[in-house]
Amino acid sequence: MSSVLDWEATPNPVKENRAGNIGKAVDRYEGPLKVTGTAPYAYEVEPPSPPDYGVMLSAPIAKGRITAIDTKAAEASPGVQLVWTYKNAPKQGPRPERYDFFTPSPRPALESDQVYYFGQQVAVVVADTLENAQAGAALVELSFEAAPQSVIFSDHYDEADQPPGESDIEIGDFETGFAEAPVQIDDIWRTPLQNHCQMEPCATTAWWDGDQLTVHTSVQMVRFAQNSLAETLMVPHKNVRLLTRYVGGGFGGKGSFYEDLVLASLAARELGRPVKIAFSRQQMMHGTVHRPATEQRVRLGATEDGHLTAMSIMTTTHCDRRGNFTEHASNFARNLYAAPNRLTGHRLVRLDLPVASAMRAPGEASGTLSLEVAMDELAEKLGMDPMELRILNEPPTDPETGKPFSIRQLVRCMREGAQQFGWDRRNPKPGQVRDGRWHMGLGMAAAIRGNFLLPAKASFTVDADGVITVKQGMTDIGTGTYTVLAQIAAETLGVPLGDVRVEIGDSELPPAPGSGGQFGAATAGSAALDAGMNLRKAIAEIAVNDQASPLYGGPSEDITFQDGVIAISNRSERLSELIRRNRPEGLTADGEVRPAADAAKWSSHTYGAHFVEVAVDTVTGEVRTRRMLGVFAAGRILNWKTARSQLTGGMIWGVGSALTEGNVVDARYGSLINQDLAGYLVPVQADIGELDAIMLDEVDDKANPMGIKGVGELGISGAGAAVANAIYNACGVRVRDYPITPDKVLAALEAQGR
Amino acid sequence: MRPFTYERAADAASAVKAATETPNARFVAGGTNLLDLMKLEIETPTHLIDVGRLPMAGIEETAEGGLRIGAMATNSHVAADARVRSRYPVLTQAIVSGGSGQLRNKATTGGNLLQRTRCAYFYDTAKPCNKRAPGSGCGALEGLNRNSAIFGASHACIATHPSDMAVAMVALGASVEVLSPSGGARSFPLMELHRLPAERPDVDTHLVPGELITAVVLPPPPKGGQIYRKVRDRASYSAGLASVAIAGGQVALGAVAHKPWRAAEAEAALGAGASPAEAIAAELANASENGRNGFKINLVRRLVPAAIEEARSNWAEKNGSVA
Ligand SMILES: Cc1cc2nc3c(=O)[nH]c(=O)nc-3n(C[C@H](O)[C@H](O)[C@H](O)COP(=O)(O)OP(=O)(O)OC[C@H]3O[C@@H](n4cnc5c(N)ncnc54)[C@H](O)[C@@H]3O)c2cc1C
Ligand code: SF4
Repeated sequence: MSSVLDWEATPNPVKENRAGNIGKAVDRYEGPLKVTGTAPYAYEVEPPSPPDYGVMLSAPIAKGRITAIDTKAAEASPGVQLVWTYKNAPKQGPRPERYDFFTPSPRPALESDQVYYFGQQVAVVVADTLENAQAGAALVELSFEAAPQSVIFSDHYDEADQPPGESDIEIGDFETGFAEAPVQIDDIWRTPLQNHCQMEPCATTAWWDGDQLTVHTSVQMVRFAQNSLAETLMVPHKNVRLLTRYVGGGFGGKGSFYEDLVLASLAARELGRPVKIAFSRQQMMHGTVHRPATEQRVRLGATEDGHLTAMSIMTTTHCDRRGNFTEHASNFARNLYAAPNRLTGHRLVRLDLPVASAMRAPGEASGTLSLEVAMDELAEKLGMDPMELRILNEPPTDPETGKPFSIRQLVRCMREGAQQFGWDRRNPKPGQVRDGRWHMGLGMAAAIRGNFLLPAKASFTVDADGVITVKQGMTDIGTGTYTVLAQIAAETLGVPLGDVRVEIGDSELPPAPGSGGQFGAATAGSAALDAGMNLRKAIAEIAVNDQASPLYGGPSEDITFQDGVIAISNRSERLSELIRRNRPEGLTADGEVRPAADAAKWSSHTYGAHFVEVAVDTVTGEVRTRRMLGVFAAGRILNWKTARSQLTGGMIWGVGSALTEGNVVDARYGSLINQDLAGYLVPVQADIGELDAIMLDEVDDKANPMGIKGVGELGISGAGAAVANAIYNACGVRVRDYPITPDKVLAALEAQGR
Repeated sequence: MRPFTYERAADAASAVKAATETPNARFVAGGTNLLDLMKLEIETPTHLIDVGRLPMAGIEETAEGGLRIGAMATNSHVAADARVRSRYPVLTQAIVSGGSGQLRNKATTGGNLLQRTRCAYFYDTAKPCNKRAPGSGCGALEGLNRNSAIFGASHACIATHPSDMAVAMVALGASVEVLSPSGGARSFPLMELHRLPAERPDVDTHLVPGELITAVVLPPPPKGGQIYRKVRDRASYSAGLASVAIAGGQVALGAVAHKPWRAAEAEAALGAGASPAEAIAAELANASENGRNGFKINLVRRLVPAAIEEARSNWAEKNGSVA
């Protein structure tokens, strides 16, 4: 269909939800496998014959070149099968000038003697056992010559440039509007470099059968990785079968792929045996990608009664020398609050650091940490409640483009959250509430994250047992894809959930873009719905033409699908019986979704509001979250349980961003100080306290045929700002340099003479 | 990880003998520290002597009215012991503030005392570190040393000892019992187990090679309140930025030095009637910073008086008088 209006007007089983599968808190489809340790992740997949094991070596300098290599001792080490450096690595497709997420292109490993960042993979040792590979790796001798490096972001602000192809967006006249505003906020916020820290490090098991390669790996985008790998190996796309059935967390960090995939494939070809290679936790920190640091200047101008007249957020961020990624921390502000004069934009600094890329809610996650605190500061200056300030500046149409909203329930999220959380108990004066040695404070912030739909395909098969099999080259990165696809299938074909099988994570299946940008469920699910509808039609067609069927003669449009039974009023039979008679080998239908041609006529986002209670120990500067509530409006919810888990997971990450998470670059080495999960602090259970997410009833019929939207990235957006605002309310201290660690809180308290 | 051989010790004496006679051998108890270090090739022993199953996991009363804690008693076991909880609450609090439940179930008393520093440069084998590679330099000295020592550091090493348990034990005036290669047993104050880095940060303790810790002995609890307070970036499963153990008038600090730091100056000042704030100021007269860890001096200045007051008021509440 080419118009969202058609989606809106056309009923379908997901919308009707007769059997009630949609929205239900269905347990994870693959949950039992995961909790019993029987879901094979990429490294654990058993290849057809005993594998060899590879261990990679990483550069100890940030920039320079490899000057000498001695692999003799390693090659002579017990069990070692091969040792590769740039000198003897097989020829691979050439790296493109710039690469992005969606255009497949070669990603050669061990390319040259050049080192572009600390931790770049520079050698691989493959041996018969992991232990022998590790022992061999310890014997590889590499010498390096370091070149002058630029690694400290704040030392290079002066080199910041407009990201290629972008320009600032100004509406009205920001400078004048701001200058004339009687009430102003003008502050700078800093967010640190962050690592994804997925539970499962990147890993690959690869083997060849003639010229056919099979790889099990851990990535978010099946087709992209398959095609890029083929181009790296310089073989036809079809010669590569890539599987990624279980992914232990992606968060954007597995949007691309890394040397484990390339080197395992090459080594398996060279040795004629399967090869397994995994990143170590330490290698994950440097050798994959990270969310880059930002510096954000926020300026707000308002009238005395709280109407925003000028609003600007300008972000400076960094990426690697060869990359092209911009952390668009200013973008979300274009759609959030009304203000006639607006200025947003980005500046990019190139550094000799590892590759910058997308991490959960790229842009929003960092950007809300400034603007949503600036709003709190403005509310205080105005003597207003921070939530009422936001509501006062709620725009009737998209504040930047003037487009109508597809649906926008931000105010309802705030009002509902305020009521459930007890926002009215907040004392606007900081530092007034104590619980023993803890100072208690409440804070809130708004959440917004864009909504996207990409092209995707899917196929549905019904077999002679009436079992529906969903097939799609989609991934489940821990988000619940398996489960929601099963729910859509059960609802669409009217079969019990237990009669649905889901096959995903395989490049041989109908392609879907994968998981990222919180477009997964909407994109994959809409294609699945279409396949299901086509299968319904095909089944109906067979039934009304089958003289042996009670449904013979139709009318086919009156057929209902329920509990595995197809019926026209009181004429019915089991779906399995029909298929057994007519298509004992099974019946398959394909489906697809494409973005509607007129989708861009609406401003389509997901929204939410966060409410947080924190406790601050003003003796030590420690901050602990006590209570957190998020209320979200994100279209129709497919699965209450998996959606809520995505939202609360995001909120927890927001707590981490506010309080603990970040990495710091050592200026001398260009390396990151935190290289494991004892040093890189993500929140633990004890950091979180009470936590809940509420999802408002909503249908966004302009988003896609099911009226659903994404939730994977919404929960993190704004959560950290609510924590920062609560800290201020607790103790009267604003720290604008994240994360807000005890040392920074103490310094701020001491600066106030406390 | 480098290849190594392994044996399980039959008894303490043969463990010590094997450690003395086998080159590059190490004891392993819970393995929660040593195995991590071996995987990262920070430690590369070629032989492991497993002492974890030696029958030294008991906790017994001593004639003096204290407790003898066997070196193989796990951290969880010690923290949960009813006698420890009622008479040495500071020790239980310290232990449970460390690591995670899983780690404490494996970690032993002896191994906890001998765990190595969490200095990030020690952990990154691409970096200089005098503790890991003597003579290579100290990566932390001019580096990201936010969590380094403020007491007793040297130009060769500014690392801290990360144990929480040991800080409480030092405040309690514990002593250590060891079995020596000579075959003799010796006992000495726990305070004297760890050394300051000086020119040899690669040597953490005063133990002679092959010596096996067999027990930690707690004297009867001192009169007065006890408390352990650990300040950290996250609520659990995190190294301390600074910690303090109070046991009556005895004060020890954690995460501030190459060893659990008995705050002798502060104790003396308290004994002479100084206020908690004055007492810690006296201790901090000897503190110094390394560029990024200066906040720890302020933190200790604020934390310790608060902890002393809290210990006193706990004691007063329980006993109806101020100690
Ligand atoms: C992620 C993480 C977080 C942690 N957080 C904390 C924390 O917050 N606070 C804290 O205090 N600790 C923390 N720890 C450290 C933990 O407490 C130690 O790893 C543990 O106590 C070591 O005990 P073990 O028995 O496992 O020692 P092992 O690893 O077996 O041994 C450690 C060392 O002691 C030697 N050794 C062991 N027993 C003896 C003996 N009887 N005689 C002589 N030598 C011996 C070994 O040779 C080795 O050198 C943490 C550890 C990890 C991995
Ligand atoms: S402080 Fe000590 S442990 Fe850390 S790098 Fe320096 S010498 Fe090594």
